[in-house]
Amino acid sequence: MIRSTLFLTLTGSGLLLLIVLLTYGHSLDQGTNGKQQLVRTLGLTDLALFSEARYTRHPSQADLFSAFQDFPAAFEHFPSGSLIAPAPVGLTRQIDIRKRKER
Amino acid sequence: MTRQLKLLEHALAGLLRRKYKNLSLLVVYAFTVATLGSVLFLTHALKAEAIGSLAEAPDLVVQRLVAGRHDLIPTDYVVSIRALPGVKKVTPRVWGYYYDALLRANFTLMGFSDEPQDLELLEGRLPGAPYECAVGNGVIEVFGAEIGDMLVLLDSREQNQLYEITGRFKAASSLLTNDLIVMQENTLRDFFAMDRKLATDIAVEVYNPREINTLAKKIRSHLPGTRPITRSEILHTYDTIFNWRSGMMLAVMVAALIAFCILAWDKATGISADEKREIGILKAVGWETADVLAVKFWEGLAISLSAFLIGLTAAWVHVFTLGAPALTPILKGWSVLFPTFALVPVVDLYQLFVLAFLTIAPYLACTLIPSWKAAVTDPEQVMRN
Repeated sequence: MIRSTLFLTLTGSGLLLLIVLLTYGHSLDQGTNGKQQLVRTLGLTDLALFSEARYTRHPSQADLFSAFQDFPAAFEHFPSGSLIAPAPVGLTRQIDIRKRKER
Repeated sequence: MTRQLKLLEHALAGLLRRKYKNLSLLVVYAFTVATLGSVLFLTHALKAEAIGSLAEAPDLVVQRLVAGRHDLIPTDYVVSIRALPGVKKVTPRVWGYYYDALLRANFTLMGFSDEPQDLELLEGRLPGAPYECAVGNGVIEVFGAEIGDMLVLLDSREQNQLYEITGRFKAASSLLTNDLIVMQENTLRDFFAMDRKLATDIAVEVYNPREINTLAKKIRSHLPGTRPITRSEILHTYDTIFNWRSGMMLAVMVAALIAFCILAWDKATGISADEKREIGILKAVGWETADVLAVKFWEGLAISLSAFLIGLTAAWVHVFTLGAPALTPILKGWSVLFPTFALVPVVDLYQLFVLAFLTIAPYLACTLIPSWKAAVTDPEQVMRN
């Protein structure tokens, strides 16, 4: 029974360590107050993660076809562009198809 | 209980007999979990950071579109928007980009028109006079500058302009301010040679958050050619960008998962002659099929649970202690100014349960099914084969 006791002790300790690690972040002060104050004061809208092009620096403010900035079928220039999904469909939707019989 | 412990003991002894094969499997399994876990941890932490910080972004940002592209917006629009019921505050914003050809880096220049105030994440102060600026940590590091130094930028008339650095955004805010250069609005207008009657866009604050969408529609109908972007759309953009189901990281994850499935399938379908003989002998000496399956279940669980725990702990250390060095090159792309950020280790338990289900359950199934096939066959036939 030595092996099974050792295995259960090691697995239990590993599980405990993992639970401590996973819950550790939730107990921390996440410093969001300072960041929110900064965002509110300066009116920031985006993260400064990808600064290579304007549509990767400010994805939320970019043109609607932002990943294909130059023309709709253009190849993506920047690796970050591959990480940016198409803009959400929202208030900007305008195209409507009317069937012949509805006219 | 004692019976299950004895079965576990037998299973572990069986694993130790084939230790090199099982050890190599454990390493590959843990590596797969670590790769998938790192992607999940990193994207979720970035998403939490974006959603937490940008919760205070402007309620509405109104842009002007000309020929389908963003254009400067007339400041006259401020009066029209302010007249709409429910609008609390309307601020024209002046901001833009500056490309430094020597560094090949883009900076974001932002105008600031309010009274300077103390900010928790700012060392020094915001610009209170013309030709002063506050800069992000990335700007300080790339130029090796300090507070009090002069920042020299080439303005739109190709003239060198000197700005005194009065403040530095602390490293903790790098994810928001790394490439930022903040100066007074009028100074920035002069820098860009921007007409006083134009602004980059207009930020709108609304009294009742429930009215944001209605106001956005009203702005569109009152001022055709404008594009209002609501705060929820900004947050949704980041939610989509860092969503674990989207983009290049998904490709990384799918490739890793498929590779692991091939490995697990290969192991499961290729149950060795030794293992078959072992099952036959156990059956011949009087073991029930259920006992054989219990041993195989413990074997599978021992491998998969150990690999899951090792892989996930490694992923946590990789992302939150080491700063995800294996994944940042994908994020970094061609950025010259990439923020060095320490992410808060916030974890989405739902994603972890999905990961556990996707990695542990298929492996257990792959281990149990061929063993069950061998266990229900006549022991003599199994041993002969």
